[in-house]
Amino acid sequence: MNSSKKTGRLAKYSAGTLLLGGIVLGIILWGGFNWALALTNTEKFCISCHEMKDNVYQEYKNTIHYNNRTGVRATCPDCHVPKDWTHKIVRKIQASNELYHKLLGTIDTREKFKEHRLELALHEWKRMKSVNSRECRNCHDYEYMDFVAEGRRAVKAHSEGLDQGKTCIDCHKGIAHQLPKGWEKAAKDAGL
Amino acid sequence: MKLKLISVMIVLISGLAGNASGIESLRGMKPLDGSSGKVEVKKVPKDGDLIQRNYVQQPPLIPHKIDGYQINLDFNKCMSCHSWSRYKETGATKISQTHFKDRDGVDLATVSARRYFCTQCHVPQANAKPLVENTFKPVEAISQ
Repeated sequence: MNSSKKTGRLAKYSAGTLLLGGIVLGIILWGGFNWALALTNTEKFCISCHEMKDNVYQEYKNTIHYNNRTGVRATCPDCHVPKDWTHKIVRKIQASNELYHKLLGTIDTREKFKEHRLELALHEWKRMKSVNSRECRNCHDYEYMDFVAEGRRAVKAHSEGLDQGKTCIDCHKGIAHQLPKGWEKAAKDAGL
Repeated sequence: MKLKLISVMIVLISGLAGNASGIESLRGMKPLDGSSGKVEVKKVPKDGDLIQRNYVQQPPLIPHKIDGYQINLDFNKCMSCHSWSRYKETGATKISQTHFKDRDGVDLATVSARRYFCTQCHVPQANAKPLVENTFKPVEAISQ
């Protein structure tokens, strides 16, 4: 009885109106979702938490990815959030754990942060290695790297690395943040 | 007290007299609170050949850029190439054995604290002309 009543109510609208309504609703919901997603993918959002602003952001400000001769920058999400949709959503869902620890206050003081930073760094190095430094390669592509234009030390390291099938993060740890004490041994033990 | 006052007066007067006689400091005839003018920022080359030492026991100079290298309590970036465990692989000069002694000459297993901060003695070079003429020559018998 109930269902037929509902059908009756819907039947008041023509198929065209329902379709149009669906499209409009779809645009609003999907657009809104993507808008919110894009909003959480900005440096401004990242450093709205003091944990990021007072620790990693300050260190990053002294590196070439923040400040350089051409003004081209790599902001937090450029390295820490995958670009393509599927991987981005997976990473965003994982980030809910970060919200949980924000609530717990796991790294809400400098001391706590320093205590945890090796573990946090290891997580990110593992992620980077497992995807063959995908986020680095969004900008830095071996294919287009002109070894002639590089410094002598870079040429040596890059050509050897290429031969050995190494990935960016194997050598470039601490490129945008400072390295924690004992990282070398920890990374080696973790196979990184 | 009187003596102090007189010496202060002498310093002040001689200072004024010095300026009047046209003695120029390295930053030129500029008032202390004024700017010394435009200074060109010197560029350190990315990479280069080893730089010859100018005298015996001069700390070797750094022939490459070291911008943003982390040298602090937690990590020493220089050591990722210049340490004994890495120098062969990287082709860098290895850190001297003298750096593993403390000030009492006791051998240590790690780099001595007083030698840890590399850039206290080792510095990169830029093409900067000396501010004043220098006629220094190293002792011949023990240079080269």
